[in-house]
Amino acid sequence: MPLHRKDLLGLQEVEPDEIRLILDTALSMKEVLARPIRKVPTLRGKSIVTLFYEPSTRTRTSFELAAKIMSADISSISPGGSSIVKGESVKDTVATLQAMGADMFVVRHQASGAPHFIASQVPAAVINAGDGMHEHPSQGLLDMLTILERKGRLDGLKVAIVGDITHSRVARSDMWGLTKMGATVRFVGPSTLLPAEVEKLPVEVYTDLEEGIADCDVINVLRIQLERQERGLFPSIREYSSLFGISRERLRAAKPDVVVMHPGPMNRGIEITAEVADSENAVVTTQVTNGVAVRMALCYLFLGGAANVAAA
Amino acid sequence: MVTDGAIVMDADEIRRAITRIAHEIIERNKGPENLAIIGIQKRGVPIAQRLGQLIEQIEGVSVPVGSLNIALYRDDFATRQAPVGKTEIPFNVKDKRVVLVDEVLFTGRTIRSALDAIMDMGRPAYIQLAVLIDRGHRELPVRADYVGRNLPTARKESVEVHLREIDGEDAVVISKSGD
Repeated sequence: MPLHRKDLLGLQEVEPDEIRLILDTALSMKEVLARPIRKVPTLRGKSIVTLFYEPSTRTRTSFELAAKIMSADISSISPGGSSIVKGESVKDTVATLQAMGADMFVVRHQASGAPHFIASQVPAAVINAGDGMHEHPSQGLLDMLTILERKGRLDGLKVAIVGDITHSRVARSDMWGLTKMGATVRFVGPSTLLPAEVEKLPVEVYTDLEEGIADCDVINVLRIQLERQERGLFPSIREYSSLFGISRERLRAAKPDVVVMHPGPMNRGIEITAEVADSENAVVTTQVTNGVAVRMALCYLFLGGAANVAAA
Repeated sequence: MVTDGAIVMDADEIRRAITRIAHEIIERNKGPENLAIIGIQKRGVPIAQRLGQLIEQIEGVSVPVGSLNIALYRDDFATRQAPVGKTEIPFNVKDKRVVLVDEVLFTGRTIRSALDAIMDMGRPAYIQLAVLIDRGHRELPVRADYVGRNLPTARKESVEVHLREIDGEDAVVISKSGD
């Protein structure tokens, strides 16, 4: 039951059996995270490069911790402290790093498709850690792992993703992954924050919060980017919060045991109240832990190289 | 279960061998005190559980049993990736007298991996090895403390242990068609 690809660029093209393999492997990795000494020798001598053209703390740290727990060597490249500021092209940067012996690139870029370009240039595995408004597959996988742990299944669940869908690569990865595994996905938000041609996506669309989360098993609350307001996509933070903020009262529309997720960092009091964020329903810190487990699984599975990829 | 090889141990013989090993473990360790049994996934685990139950029946003391997956410790990561299963060791191995259990002892590489995995969880007092079948052809200096049966084999033959918990029957089967 191997993977069918060299790179993880998005969940749109990944098969359900691959998702199942990654989630099963990640569940096993959680045992390593629970040990007093969190280190296994598996990836000794493997070299992983994180190449982040966009700032990130949690995703990058999560990948770095995962790689270190698995004993891989990790190098972190970001534009500020590298030859990228001297005008080197992406193509030359990755060619240089490949020549140094990188086995895997973890890439974040503001342009959708940048990881695809890099993947076409190098024999190393490329993991997309967020590209433009396209996908953030490892976040989608950690969200699925968190739901699977809480609910015991993905199939048949109703999952509402609430907020700024247009600008959210998390929403897209969640949508592709969850629908492949048999869940129903709803996009909930003001119409100005719903993507163009949303009717072509495999989702139900709601512009009313209470209708959107009615009877849901899971709500994924997206971070509202305050700078969007300046562009006139919603009138005021206060209005957004009153119409789409997730509060204890609002949550009553969903199932009593609804799982509330947030990819972080949270704007407490805007898209989610502190009361909900700290409640039994919220699984925000579990998501963070599961992120490390999922990335350990990705390092393990995608560093296997050709041996692990089924013959095309 | 359909098999095309020769049965070299049947259910009764397997039961007697495991029962004998349980007695030997108690005798060699002068009782069940501080004992812990760890089965290597996948077929070492049911044997470990049976040994645990037998020791409890004989001595009236329950012995903790764990399940170990060694995928993260294998020496052939570059060429072959085993699925990573969940290790469940519900006790602290520190200062325990650990009996490691596998169904077949062959090259010794699995045992090497398992020893590393256990050492990463703590420092046991010592580790002993129990196997149902020792088929020879060692590639590492590993030997078993408890052996169900020594089974001389050709390297190309395959030895399969069927256990009722996994395969629905107890039998050891040897066939020429091993890969």
